[in-house]
Amino acid sequence: MNIDWYIVLSALLFATGAVGILIRRSPMVILLCLELMLNAGNLALVAFSRMVGNQQGQVFALVVMVIAACEVVVGLGLIVALFRRKLPLDVDELRELRG
Amino acid sequence: MSATTWAWLVLLFPLLGSIVIALGFRALPARVAGIIGTAAIGLAFACGIGALVCLLGESPDARHHASSLWDYASAAGLQIKLGIFVDPLSVFMVLVVTGVSTLIHLYSYGYMRSDEGYHRFFSYLNFFVFSMLLLVLAGNFVLLIVGWAFVGFASYALISFWYRRTTATGAGMKAFVINVVGDIGLVLATLLIFRELGTFEYGQVFARAPHVFHTNEWTVTAICLLLLVGAFAKSAQLPLHTWLPDAMEGPTPVSALIHAATMVTAGVYLIARTHVLFVLAPTAADVAAFVGLATLLVAGTIALVMTDLKRAIAYSTMSQIGYMIMGVSIGAYSAGLFHLMTHAFFKALLFMAAGSIIAAMANRQNIDEMSGFGKAMRFTSATMLAGGLALAAFPGTSGFFSKDEILAYATARGGMYLIFTVLGYFGALLTAIYTFRLIFRVLPGRPCKEAQALIDSGHVVHAHPFNPATGEEEDTDVGFPGAEHHIAEGSAPMRIAMGVLAFLALFGGLVQIPGVDDTITRFLDPVFADSPLAAIHPSVAASWTGLAIGAAISVAGIGIAYYLYVVRPETPAMLIRRLRPLHTFLVNKWYFDELIDILVVKPALAVGRYANRTFERIVVGGLITGTEDVVGGAGRVVRTVQSGFVRSYALLLIAGFAGLGLYFLLSST
Repeated sequence: MNIDWYIVLSALLFATGAVGILIRRSPMVILLCLELMLNAGNLALVAFSRMVGNQQGQVFALVVMVIAACEVVVGLGLIVALFRRKLPLDVDELRELRG
Repeated sequence: MSATTWAWLVLLFPLLGSIVIALGFRALPARVAGIIGTAAIGLAFACGIGALVCLLGESPDARHHASSLWDYASAAGLQIKLGIFVDPLSVFMVLVVTGVSTLIHLYSYGYMRSDEGYHRFFSYLNFFVFSMLLLVLAGNFVLLIVGWAFVGFASYALISFWYRRTTATGAGMKAFVINVVGDIGLVLATLLIFRELGTFEYGQVFARAPHVFHTNEWTVTAICLLLLVGAFAKSAQLPLHTWLPDAMEGPTPVSALIHAATMVTAGVYLIARTHVLFVLAPTAADVAAFVGLATLLVAGTIALVMTDLKRAIAYSTMSQIGYMIMGVSIGAYSAGLFHLMTHAFFKALLFMAAGSIIAAMANRQNIDEMSGFGKAMRFTSATMLAGGLALAAFPGTSGFFSKDEILAYATARGGMYLIFTVLGYFGALLTAIYTFRLIFRVLPGRPCKEAQALIDSGHVVHAHPFNPATGEEEDTDVGFPGAEHHIAEGSAPMRIAMGVLAFLALFGGLVQIPGVDDTITRFLDPVFADSPLAAIHPSVAASWTGLAIGAAISVAGIGIAYYLYVVRPETPAMLIRRLRPLHTFLVNKWYFDELIDILVVKPALAVGRYANRTFERIVVGGLITGTEDVVGGAGRVVRTVQSGFVRSYALLLIAGFAGLGLYFLLSST
């Protein structure tokens, strides 16, 4: 089976996510872009799994989804907490951990 | 009860006394503390008698017992027991130590009555007696070192007893440091013994040594020389003696007990105890004998010019210990130990009498200011005279028999050892002169101000709270000899202690009259039976010839002192004028302090200063600031990466992974 197009789509999605993380400042959007990158990875895993012919890649994809769900919970929780404390929703403003 | 049980009890009572007084110092009235302290030592003495009776009930060859309570350490072929060794030598030492200590405790009970630190004093004093007993009863070298170090500490604590006096604390430190030098010698000797013989136990060491070592082999000589370092430091022999005169800063009962009667004789005990090793290393034994001889002459000459009453007696102590060290080193074991015993009697007595006079002088010790105490203090004067006669070896007194026995042995051994006889008799002449110099300057003559006050009112003049040595003001709350002073005439316990000692000083020698009873020799003989040197006995005729010479010398010395200080009191001043350089030399104690200062203290200080100023600042400081600068610089560089911009972190991450990916791609093709 030819998986070229799946991989190309996956790479495009990953690049979109990465660029989104680099250029956007809203934490909400960054979270979405992260999600996009994870799903690009999932797509690649599933595609490779089809190519190899066993189910291991799909199992990995399922694990990644679980991790992604956790990450979203934590990330959204952080954003809500930021909002409650009336902190600016801008990652460039939140730089108290500067060395 | 067996001899060892008695010996354990001997150790127990002083330890209990020390702990009870130390812990109960708030609850116990001062008098009770004194009574507990004295009673504890008295009981120890009684137990010592018990051990003696047990030993005497056995055949002479079976009179040695080892006993241990538990194992101190047990690992890999090393076994150290908390064990004691009871034989005639240790029982003899126990009796001398506890006997004299009991009397000195009794004396202190009266003498220290006005001191703020009464409890502390008795607690320390009991602790000292415990340590000394541990030292003499120890059954192995490890426990010996423990006791050895304990007495060093007790001596330090008691020298610095009046701890608000800088002179006292300085003297305490000096004593401690010099004693630690000795401790190091003893520890190294013990390590060598363990390396060569594989055991610490006395019995095994002395049984194996003759089979392992050849005579004068370097190892056994090294062991003996290291033991001697310990013995010299503790017994104030040249050149480690400078602490003893300074130790006179302590209270007078301490000088009497520790720095005259007991602790300073530990070196003599050590040599006698390890005589098996010294027989195998005759060179080391000769070194010890010559050092003893040198000390007795040097100290004797210094004692001739000292004007401080206690220091003069301290130099006399050094000199007498020189005799003992000389005796046990050349093989006159029982004679040396007999001298140890009689010396404990008469020197403790002399110190007690000196303490009484110093109390009457309101703490001043300069004999230039004293005169006429013969009339003012009859009892003190009588006991001082008794002690002086014994020290000067006046015929019939205890010192007469003991000193001459050592010299008679040296004569009997012959050859090179005749030097010891000749110079020993010269030392005896010095002894008689310096002893009666003190007595003739203090006792007769027109009463000085303090003595006159005592005659007129019967009261001791009031003490001014100034340290007589430096003139600095005393802290009258703590660490101060007390506003009142007590003289023997006004205190029954002091009189009893001095009376008993005066009796012993005068008649204690009668237990060992050559050819008549020889009690001490017969008692100690089983211990030294294995030494070939113990077989040499001066004949009775030779002993009596020696005694006759000794008597003549003693009387001559007393006569010279009488001529110089009573008949023509202006002669000493004239002699000092004539022999100005010699006098200066002696007053400065042969410049030993200065010599040690130049050879040891100054270089040590210079090294310390170099280490502090140069090494510390440049090398150590440089290393540390260098490391700090490197780490700090690296941190500053790395810190710029931690900008706090989340997106820049992300960029770094992505760029990093991209870079890695690129690298692997390139390297795989």
